[in-house]
Amino acid sequence: MQQQHRTVGQSLKHESAHLHVSGKANYTDDIPQREGTLHAAIGISTRAHAKIKAMDLSAVKAAEGVIAVITLDDVPGDKYLGPFLHDEPIFADEEVLYYGQPVFAVAATSHDLARRAAKLAKIEYEDLPAILTAQAAAEAKAYVLPPVHIKRGNVEEKLANAKHRVTGVFDLGGQEQFYLEGQIAYALPGEDGDMHVYTSTQHPSEMQFMVAHALGQHVHTVKAECRRMGGGFGGKETQSWVFAVIAALLARKTGKPVKLRADRDDDMMITGKRHDFQILYDIAHDDDGRIQGLKIEYRLRCGFSADLSGPVGDRAIFHTDNAYYLDEFDILSIRGKTNTQSNTAFRGFGGPQGIIAIEYMIDTIARKLGKDPLDVRKINFYGKTDRNVTPYQMTVEDNVIHELVAELEETSEYRKRRQEVNEFNAKNKILKKGLALVPVKFGISFTATQFNQAGALLHVYTDGSVMINHGGTEMGQGLNTKVAQVVAEELGLSIDRVRVSATDTSKVPNTSATAASTGTDLNGKAAQDACVKVKEKLAAFAAERYGCKPEEVRFADNHVYAGNEKIAFEEFVKIAYTARVPLWSSGFYRTPKIHYDFKTLTGRPFFYFAYGASVSEVIIDTLTGESRLLRADVLHDVGSSLNPAIDIGQVEGGFIQGAGWLTTEELWWNKDGKLMTHAPSTYKIPSVSDVPAQFNTRLYANSNKEDSIYHSKAVGEPPLPLGMSVFLALRDAVAAVDDSGRAVPPLMAPATAEAILKAVEAVKAAKKAEAVEAETV
Amino acid sequence: MGNRRTVRFLLNGELREVVPTSPTQSLLNYLREEERATGTKEGCAEGDCGACTVTEAELTETGEVRFRAINACIRFLPTFDGRAIWTVEGIANPDGSLHPAQQAMIDNHGSQCGFCTPGFVMSMYTMYQNGETKPSRERVLDCLSGNLCRCTGYRPIVEAAMKMGDYPEARTCGDTLAERLKAIRPEGTLEVETAAGNRYYAPATVEELAALYEANPDAVILAGGTDVGLWVTKHLMDLKTVIYIGGIQELKKIEQRDGAIEIGAAVLLNDAFPVVVEQYPEMEELWKRFSSTPIRNSGTFVGNLANGSPIGDNPPPMIAVGARVVLRKGDRRREMPLEDLYLAYRKQARDAGEFVESVRVPLRRESVKFAVYKLSKRYDQDISAVCAAFALDIENGRVKDARIAYGGMAATPKRASHAEAALNGASWDEASVQKAMSAMEQDYQPMTDMRATSEYRMTTAKNLVYRFFVETTSGQELSLYAANN
Repeated sequence: MQQQHRTVGQSLKHESAHLHVSGKANYTDDIPQREGTLHAAIGISTRAHAKIKAMDLSAVKAAEGVIAVITLDDVPGDKYLGPFLHDEPIFADEEVLYYGQPVFAVAATSHDLARRAAKLAKIEYEDLPAILTAQAAAEAKAYVLPPVHIKRGNVEEKLANAKHRVTGVFDLGGQEQFYLEGQIAYALPGEDGDMHVYTSTQHPSEMQFMVAHALGQHVHTVKAECRRMGGGFGGKETQSWVFAVIAALLARKTGKPVKLRADRDDDMMITGKRHDFQILYDIAHDDDGRIQGLKIEYRLRCGFSADLSGPVGDRAIFHTDNAYYLDEFDILSIRGKTNTQSNTAFRGFGGPQGIIAIEYMIDTIARKLGKDPLDVRKINFYGKTDRNVTPYQMTVEDNVIHELVAELEETSEYRKRRQEVNEFNAKNKILKKGLALVPVKFGISFTATQFNQAGALLHVYTDGSVMINHGGTEMGQGLNTKVAQVVAEELGLSIDRVRVSATDTSKVPNTSATAASTGTDLNGKAAQDACVKVKEKLAAFAAERYGCKPEEVRFADNHVYAGNEKIAFEEFVKIAYTARVPLWSSGFYRTPKIHYDFKTLTGRPFFYFAYGASVSEVIIDTLTGESRLLRADVLHDVGSSLNPAIDIGQVEGGFIQGAGWLTTEELWWNKDGKLMTHAPSTYKIPSVSDVPAQFNTRLYANSNKEDSIYHSKAVGEPPLPLGMSVFLALRDAVAAVDDSGRAVPPLMAPATAEAILKAVEAVKAAKKAEAVEAETV
Repeated sequence: MGNRRTVRFLLNGELREVVPTSPTQSLLNYLREEERATGTKEGCAEGDCGACTVTEAELTETGEVRFRAINACIRFLPTFDGRAIWTVEGIANPDGSLHPAQQAMIDNHGSQCGFCTPGFVMSMYTMYQNGETKPSRERVLDCLSGNLCRCTGYRPIVEAAMKMGDYPEARTCGDTLAERLKAIRPEGTLEVETAAGNRYYAPATVEELAALYEANPDAVILAGGTDVGLWVTKHLMDLKTVIYIGGIQELKKIEQRDGAIEIGAAVLLNDAFPVVVEQYPEMEELWKRFSSTPIRNSGTFVGNLANGSPIGDNPPPMIAVGARVVLRKGDRRREMPLEDLYLAYRKQARDAGEFVESVRVPLRRESVKFAVYKLSKRYDQDISAVCAAFALDIENGRVKDARIAYGGMAATPKRASHAEAALNGASWDEASVQKAMSAMEQDYQPMTDMRATSEYRMTTAKNLVYRFFVETTSGQELSLYAANN
């Protein structure tokens, strides 16, 4: 089948690549400004939790260039917003709930003047007790949403009678999205109450709704538009609303276009990140390391509001199995309310947290038993015909983890390198190496079933050129390229005939966020549906005109083949137009098979699973905790790839981003609850030297068993957790400090040099204590 | 004749004569807001992400053209007086075909969201213009150390940079560039004054500088602006008077005399390091890890010393090797050991109107064992949690003179005098090292912040003495740097 495709499956360049490299790709800040445009800045809270006793904005109003200043009182519509619960005030409502919360906003004649003015507020606070960590929130029973608890079997009994039982706590840090293009919106007031908002967002429809709600207007008065983002990673799924809404409010107030471009520091102080977790675990296992019973408590730091914390917490639960069969389990998820930024979506959406939890536990089991963790992983893998039902009662039907891991084990020379690492460690006292192979199984679909729908709008113009619009947004992932490939394939056109236009709420309504890796699955299918509909009309017309059956009409090579006729596509559509055949159509798609009961967390939340595995080799310095990634091998399943180059790019980028999360990317709040790592000078995402010289990434030969778009698989999120092989290799290296091979390093994430050194010292101390004990016995 | 008032530079080959709206207007804001050239992006406004990277060309005293990648977000527009700038919009060939840096990025799938791409392209373009069309991986990593990408994981970008030479040779900026730069070479002092009374001076000679600063002791001396730039973009400071020294040829000299290398106050980090590393090869890793290529192309070697930050990376090694600074006020010059310059947090032993004119770095002595270690979360472009430097004069296994200095351990860069005392006269063995490590606790009470806890700083400060001991006695190099190349 695959060989017959002309466009799908090709490594075409990103549709905007030529614009990216020449500086001609327009991002929101690059759109030519309309005359009279004002620039906004947000005044933020400087307390973690406090009552606002008095607020004097007179100096702000009097500052040079200032045209308007607004607070919560100036909001004509809904003052509280939020994707599910409307629990977020647009500006602080008498009380500030975190350090960085918007309190007011300024519009001025320049970006610089607006920023300067925003610093001049005099706010008197009365401090209130602040909860700053997941642990503190769990202990105080402070929740943004009620805890979720699921179980199967009698875990307490399993634990009590276990031959082997391990318990522990794993602190897992959060992660800043760090899209290179910061949050931005540009609001242009139009006639009759209309508001046109250019917004850098993964969710134009939500921006449209929220702006309408805040303005107290109908949704049809607002248009949200996004041609492209300079990265999103989940950070622009909901929280771009802060900027879209405030820009629109100021535009309404002043009657002028208003651009709100957050300075990087403000962006990081205001918006939420990946949830950090505290994970408490208690496992029963047998002599081989097979898990018999598992009890986990997830403590999430959600921040001051619910935002997406509910589904993020759920996805962590859904991924606690990763690639492993769990017979009896007890999982508690606590959604802690804290006086910090409201944590939100970030590539993986809780999935990576659940996955690393189980991987950390399996790693721990293996170390206690003195086994290679890979062997313990394999013993716990889902079976193909038995041991194949997930904790949420979905049968795993597309399991390829056995074959995939076996292939990677061989191509990466895992066993040989394990030997070499052992030899290196035996010879070196100060430097130690580590190695880890980790699998990933990732569920694809929005867990909230209703979001699994998409629309598209296909226009064929009379010169044979084609415009496709869909509800997904382009943030670099290549969605528009893939959708264009689908359309070109369906219509038998070369790719240059197809153009994808900016995402625009006035074209396709009520769209879902481009999130949960579903962008291509949903919008590709919707675009395909639109193509099929247009083709049906055209084929019927061709059959009638050229005397053949409609099903014999073919669209290929920029031509239409009907009967004995071969007509250039552009000629044919002209004829069709003249004969009054519609040359455009909408398309629609809803993912089949999925259903899920959010009360019991059971059903089939996922259409299918994507699989992958990675091997990392690292070296550490046990005097300082410094580390380097020496080599990485990745094998990943994207089904039948729509565009291998783009997919490889997603896999490599996801791996490095996942590795960054677990190594250098440390979020650090001071005791007053102020985030101190709020710019790239202090928050360290991977840079070019962090990429290993040997970085081998391949796509696993597979085809999606389900009827996805050309049997491809989603690729946005699944590769991110692959970066955890770096973390577990680091743990392996730390364990080597104790040559008994039984050390269980209490390494926490992110594994900064400091965290590694701390774990090294803990292993050394444990070894020493053991030696002392042995002597006294 | 009065001072010049307009800034002249070439932008993508075209002459611009501009009266800046403010002395501290950044090149980036000028490009985006006044030229409406929006290809150059703002990602952080602090010189850390590289989305604003552009290429600067300057005529050296000998008439050669030097190309450098720099961060447009923190460089003030008037500092480009007499220079040339290229942005991503201006590098395609005259026939419209893309530059190899651009085409290689497309062909290797080096862009995803594309926002960082212009910056990467300009870093690559700079390499190409300097004749590095087929660079090694190591060179590419070094030249791209100031560009962050969040999408790709860098692999395709590195490959693109290594393959630029596979494409038809690009138009160079032409033989006429040197001529054109000569034509706009600054003469006399540039002076910019705004309606609000902010003033900017770019004197042409040290004498003028000395006189100006003596007359305006509250002025901010601007060299590379890699710190001062952030005072404006991040702290929104209103700098009343700025004196730029980057146009003073005498301060751009590196000279060897009287047993020392004398480095002028305007010598760029990337120009000074090769000369220093020749004497102290152990500093090579620090050079590569010192911020990033674009920062080292703007920032000055002396600026990192004169700034007096407790976390600068130059002071520890320079104190350890016994560098001395030359201070100047008016016609008066005096010299002092570098460590004596630092009195307290951001407080220096400089009189009003006195500035650091140069640093004198002693030539290497054979008997000195030397090392410098930098600890940070990330390998490239990160501020040190701890930076340690050791220079031990060892004769017949005994320490004759120990000089140990740390950054990140106190409010200023500071010598470890107790640890030094524990070593002076002692034999260079593990027992002495242990004593020095214990003595460290009397030298420092480091603080806890986002880079590291106090405990980590103290533990590693001690452990680095041990690392130095192992490296000097076993010949084993413990750097992880070599491991990934």
